[in-house]
Amino acid sequence: MAERPEDLNLPNAVITRIIKEALPDGVNISKEARSAISRAASVFVLYATSCANNFAMKGKRKTLNAGDVLSAMEEMEFQRFIAPLKESLEVYRREQKGKKEARKDKDKKADSEEQDKSREDDNDDDDERMEEEEQNDEEEVDN
Amino acid sequence: MAARLSGGENRLVSLPLSRIRVIMKSSPEVSSINQDALFLTAKATELFVQYLASYSYKHGRGKEKNALTYSDLSHTAEECETFQFLADILPKKILASKYLKMLEKEKRGGELGKCDEEDDDEEDDDEAVDEAVGS
Repeated sequence: MAERPEDLNLPNAVITRIIKEALPDGVNISKEARSAISRAASVFVLYATSCANNFAMKGKRKTLNAGDVLSAMEEMEFQRFIAPLKESLEVYRREQKGKKEARKDKDKKADSEEQDKSREDDNDDDDERMEEEEQNDEEEVDN
Repeated sequence: MAARLSGGENRLVSLPLSRIRVIMKSSPEVSSINQDALFLTAKATELFVQYLASYSYKHGRGKEKNALTYSDLSHTAEECETFQFLADILPKKILASKYLKMLEKEKRGGELGKCDEEDDDEEDDDEAVDEAVGS
């Protein structure tokens, strides 16, 4: 849960890098424009969450899933994101699965991760670990 | 959309998932979010930031000066239907003196009810005005 208002902001360094990636080289991004985009991104997260949650509620589910988020994109008229999102989700799932199996038994199933594309939905318990990893990544990213 | 390499490991998404989750959970009706949904929201937010930035740059006036400015963004929020949900947090900047003149005009013309989207009564109008001028 968010305890301080700053908790709802996204890291500036990361946002700036993402903006720069989207613009031609050498474009100057004013400080005001950066913070405006950062605020817009937070609002986007909330908007997407609330749309996705509507879909989950319609389906009488308590947990938001990938389909809910994709439906939300469509409803929000960000259809253009759907194809790239599906693509990265594929890669992400493979990656997560790979990590999981590597942890479970290092030698037993070393080469099966590529062939086995069936996914597991019980990822929720991984959350705490993910959080720690993410924090490390954040520091790395800010360099 | 290429995966970024960092420390020899594939990074599919650069925004911190933990922070995205905090924002998602800040909305009271959400009870739980699975890992895929969290990842997708983070990734979508990245795409959104890129889209908002490049759209505003392309359609904005800062292009001649090789710059992306606040007014390019507020212009996008105002003009583009898809980005309309940002209109409240990216308001057009306006000089206080100009704003006061506009108010004068409106009062005389009695057009206050024109923007009736969120105003239930006239008292609300007055509050909004105070805030805008004060900031």
